[in-house]
Amino acid sequence: MPDGGTGIGAAVKRVEDKRFLTGRGTYTDDINRPGQTYAYILRSPQAHAKIDRIDTSAAASAPGVLAVFTGADMQVGSLPCGWQVHSKDGSPMHEPPHPPLAQGKVRCVGDQVAVVIAETYAQAKDAAEKIVVDYTPLPAVVDMNKALAGGTLVHDEIGTNLCYDWEIGDEGQIDEAFAKAAHVTKIDIVNNRLIPNAMEPRAAVGEYDRATGEYTLYTTSQNPHVIRLLMGAFVLSIPEHKLRVVAPDVGGGFGSKIYHYAEEAIVTWASSRVGRPIKWTAERSESFMSDAHGRDHITHAQLAMDSEGKFLALKVETKANMGAYLSTFASCVPTYLYATLLAGVYTTPLIYCNVKAIFTNTVPVDAYRGAGRPEATYLIERLVDRAAREIGLSQVEIRRRNFIPADAFPYQTPVALQYDSGNYTATLDAALKAADADGFAARKAASEAKGKRRGLGFSTYLEACGIAPSAVVGSLGARAGLYESAEVRVHPTGSVTVFTGAHSHGQGHETTFAQLVSEKLGLPMDNIEISHGDTNKVQFGMGTYGSRSLAVGGEAIVKALDKIIAKAKKIAAHVMEASEADIEFKDGNFTVAGTDKSMAFGEVALTAYVPHNFPHQELEPGLDEKAFYDPLNFTFPGGCHIAEVEVDPDTGVVKVERMTAVDDVGRVINPMIVAGQIHGGLAQGIGQALLEGCVYNEDGQLVTGSYMDYTMPRADNLPSFSVGTESTLCAHNSLGVKGCGEVGAIGSPPAVINAVVDALWDLGVRDMPMPANPQTVWKTIQSARPAAAAE
Amino acid sequence: MPTVTMTVNGKKVSGEVEARTLLVQFLRENLHLTGTHVGCDTSQCGACVVHVNGDSAKSCTMLAVQADGADVVTIEGLANGDELHPMQAAFKEHHGLQCGFCTPGMVMSAVDLVKKNPKATEHEIREWLEGNICRCTGYHNIVKAIQHAQQTM
Ligand code: FES
Ligand code: FES
Repeated sequence: MPDGGTGIGAAVKRVEDKRFLTGRGTYTDDINRPGQTYAYILRSPQAHAKIDRIDTSAAASAPGVLAVFTGADMQVGSLPCGWQVHSKDGSPMHEPPHPPLAQGKVRCVGDQVAVVIAETYAQAKDAAEKIVVDYTPLPAVVDMNKALAGGTLVHDEIGTNLCYDWEIGDEGQIDEAFAKAAHVTKIDIVNNRLIPNAMEPRAAVGEYDRATGEYTLYTTSQNPHVIRLLMGAFVLSIPEHKLRVVAPDVGGGFGSKIYHYAEEAIVTWASSRVGRPIKWTAERSESFMSDAHGRDHITHAQLAMDSEGKFLALKVETKANMGAYLSTFASCVPTYLYATLLAGVYTTPLIYCNVKAIFTNTVPVDAYRGAGRPEATYLIERLVDRAAREIGLSQVEIRRRNFIPADAFPYQTPVALQYDSGNYTATLDAALKAADADGFAARKAASEAKGKRRGLGFSTYLEACGIAPSAVVGSLGARAGLYESAEVRVHPTGSVTVFTGAHSHGQGHETTFAQLVSEKLGLPMDNIEISHGDTNKVQFGMGTYGSRSLAVGGEAIVKALDKIIAKAKKIAAHVMEASEADIEFKDGNFTVAGTDKSMAFGEVALTAYVPHNFPHQELEPGLDEKAFYDPLNFTFPGGCHIAEVEVDPDTGVVKVERMTAVDDVGRVINPMIVAGQIHGGLAQGIGQALLEGCVYNEDGQLVTGSYMDYTMPRADNLPSFSVGTESTLCAHNSLGVKGCGEVGAIGSPPAVINAVVDALWDLGVRDMPMPANPQTVWKTIQSARPAAAAE
Repeated sequence: MPTVTMTVNGKKVSGEVEARTLLVQFLRENLHLTGTHVGCDTSQCGACVVHVNGDSAKSCTMLAVQADGADVVTIEGLANGDELHPMQAAFKEHHGLQCGFCTPGMVMSAVDLVKKNPKATEHEIREWLEGNICRCTGYHNIVKAIQHAQQTM
């Protein structure tokens, strides 16, 4: 590590902070192009309706209006889905078309019906009010069970609302194991639908250059190259060399900015028709009804155990809401990112899972922080909690009896994954200590003395991230590879620019990635620049999601750095007239072993670009290297979250008194940033458990469509957190890193709900739906009371 | 169209606006001060907080004409040249920001809190921040940063 500590493991303050703290970040809505116009998108107020007629004439002649387009004008490709899942009978999933502007029918509130382009946003919005749309309303189907029963069809042409009916495992074998079990615990779980709500609303600026025929799209994306590919190749037929996509500073994503959205295609397409740049920025109410939502599973699960509480088999049936259309990664979330995680941290030998993915008249559902893994974790950890209570084991003991032992790695689960490393006992022990579990009884007594109930809840979880080995995901239906790329460009004076295909929207890559360079090349942070988010600068990229930036993108950087060092050694050997094998590189200096000859990194760089006497047959000028890295496996972070809550039984208010997380995220590059990621994840997990829930009424109207109705976690809803890491190293990447972006949101919801159930168990409460807001908790207590009295 | 005149970050500015123009639109669109953000349309997120005549205010909840004659400070006007304001420095020191989108409003709001209640407890800090939503940080480090700035401001 160079002086001042800027290498691996140092809590370096963030490079990117200054521009954000002084108001000089550049988010998409901050971009203004010469001659820019504004788009307003008219959205459907109906959940399900036929469009009989659209009259845009009054709008088209309104002040400032340049153009009005409907689906009849915009005849382009369908917004594609990136992952094909097959049903258990071998048939491919149904992929109904997803047009950017509605074609004769709307299928959810918020569906795009028309776009108005005007000189100002206010003019565009005013004009949109003059558009007359004649709808014939159709019955809406919102409830997944009703959708399965048939009747109303979201997409008539496929004749069913069932997108696919998928399974993993051998159902027959499982049923035998259940027949022999000493005890079976059953549970019904609803994983509540969430609205991601990155604080920066989505925005897009489309621009067309008539002189060159090039399009540029500035957009709020986690993966600009993926957008270029999907929009260019599938929707608008623009070849990649004529399409530049820029994702500048992005104000949070959490999954919701992975997908290719209609508005991106609309402004890009319309910019060439109007001949001027077009900006669209979502109002928050639009975000609520047009950003892909998250979660929304209904599950019935059963766990078979022997008489000692050892898990024998797990059987899971899940219904997953897809919404009205298949969003980019919607299909893989409840299958390959969910059912493959059902072993969790336990040795359960047999697992079967059936997933029915269902279309409804709601906004599309896709990955949201954790994506599939929080749903799996919630299910397992609620089930284990219940099982412990039923068979009379402590929460800690049932877990210890079933943990995959630390010496069992690599561990092959029955659901396809092979875990490379972990130590679940270590994270549990560390968390018990950090949470002062021994002091809980005294705190509980103190709460009871005040008339309150106190509960302790556990979650020992695991997730799969560092997404993902292309060969594996390809065999499972992914239509893309999930490698990452990097370029390290050493400039003549020895400073370095790294181009990465990962994208930072809060994660601090400009700091963490620079630390990798600082560590490897011995350079100060000031000499290193990290560049991302522009398809014209960065060679290629699959982007940032699934906690993959460091484990995949970071590894690509390391590979490119290794190539730089190898080339620089050749140059140093030539200049110092030594054999390449004798060149050593340490702390930024190349030395000839056993001599006092040495060259600083900067001198080698300069020589590379001033190659006056290079033997050009053997040594090219320049010092610039690229690498693509495809991971060998997923990475498997895990850990233990312990929630301690106090519940007021009279009001139903739940207060999180302590939230402890001890996570195994592999090697930590910047502990300050890692802790920050975990804090944020915990807040979202607690949000899901106690506050957040998307509600549609029976007619498909979005009831929670603003911050007045959808409860975002505020500062006063949350405690300060106790977070720590207790790491084992990833066994298949050189850095030993696993990923930390999602663990907080994956591990924490069951810990919180288990704590609430623990607090109220003596009142007869056996289950608690999410979000456990005061109304829900109070009602649950009331309905449990008679049952408790009867027991 | 009405003309508004105000002092923004110490400079006198004026411009023609529609009567319905919000202060935040005037700042972002007319003055190109894009550090002040818009995160919602119901006055809840606080991404738009600026100081108006010394008090924090949500600039999405005020018309530009209402700020006629006012003294407005935005995030761009908080630092002293290249030297960060102690609150900005504290946010950096304690990693009180991730994506940075809520940050300008958060910082402006926090500065007002420390001015009004220099000894605010953690509980009071958290209650004060009720009108500023952050989706990234879980607030933990924001609270730490404000506690630090209580010492340095
Ligand atoms: S923009 Fe959300 S409160 Fe002002
Ligand atoms: S730092 Fe991203 S919303 Fe606060």
